[in-house]
Amino acid sequence: MGNVVVDVMLKSEILDPQGQAVAGALPRLGFDQFTDVRQGKRFVLTVDGEVTDEVLAAARQAAEKLLSNPVIEDVVSVHPAEPQA
Amino acid sequence: MRIGVVTFPGTLDDHDARRAVRIAGGVAVPLWHGDADLHRVDAVILPGGFSYGDYLRAGAISRFAPVMDAIVPAAQGGLPVLGICNGFQVLCESHLLPGALIRNDHRKFNCKDQVLRVENASTDWTSDYTEGEEITIVLKNGEGGFVADERTLDELEGEGRVAFRYVGDNPNGSYRAIAGITNERGNVVGLMPHPEHCVEDLYGPSTDGLGFFTSVLKQVVNA
Repeated sequence: MGNVVVDVMLKSEILDPQGQAVAGALPRLGFDQFTDVRQGKRFVLTVDGEVTDEVLAAARQAAEKLLSNPVIEDVVSVHPAEPQA
Repeated sequence: MRIGVVTFPGTLDDHDARRAVRIAGGVAVPLWHGDADLHRVDAVILPGGFSYGDYLRAGAISRFAPVMDAIVPAAQGGLPVLGICNGFQVLCESHLLPGALIRNDHRKFNCKDQVLRVENASTDWTSDYTEGEEITIVLKNGEGGFVADERTLDELEGEGRVAFRYVGDNPNGSYRAIAGITNERGNVVGLMPHPEHCVEDLYGPSTDGLGFFTSVLKQVVNA
């Protein structure tokens, strides 16, 4: 069993109200060194067997077609998950 | 005059949309998300709600429902399609309309009577209005901020494809106060506010929403 990790982030020019809410809460907990927060999404796609090049290619297609909206988001990474320790 | 109204899992406003169609004089035909048959309808409404719980992104999963496999090519072929609120989000995710809807900039859910200016009164869904007319209908959303890149926004403005604009304070951070847009052909229209809630006295701020439904019925008769 293998996993592919897909990371999606809002484009930098798109307002991120969720990130702003988190950024607003951090100083109340004493974390006042963080000047901005952007919140993204991580998907873990599981396959039977190895993560082959074909699996990665399919994951990239899925990332472009469903997991992200290219109007507002970028797929920043599609990579095999590190083996479980 | 058969107007189909789609129900996805999590759709809320399908009954009001069907009622609005009937009040305008049309026949409302329920369409089911899992059925790719459009049942000979002359137009389609994608109503508001939280289809698939807004999971992933609002409208992102509905866009791949079997009924959308029939609606997307039909809309590209000229079938009148109106997306209201969640339906607008589905139209953007389907790439039938450009841009996207993101969370309101103030992060709160909106529920209010909203004044809109009709910017384009020549679409299939707006012909009973006049350009520049101001209407007041209900706005209720958490993810109603319309965004697109500058080039797309300029194109929309230049081609007269901004159908509605918010009047007064921008209620959700939509770029250029855009409340609704249309495709080039004028058969596909999407907007965040809810005309279907404003078709009868005593149920809302006005009956200003009725024009959407009477417009498309005329369109269908003339087609």
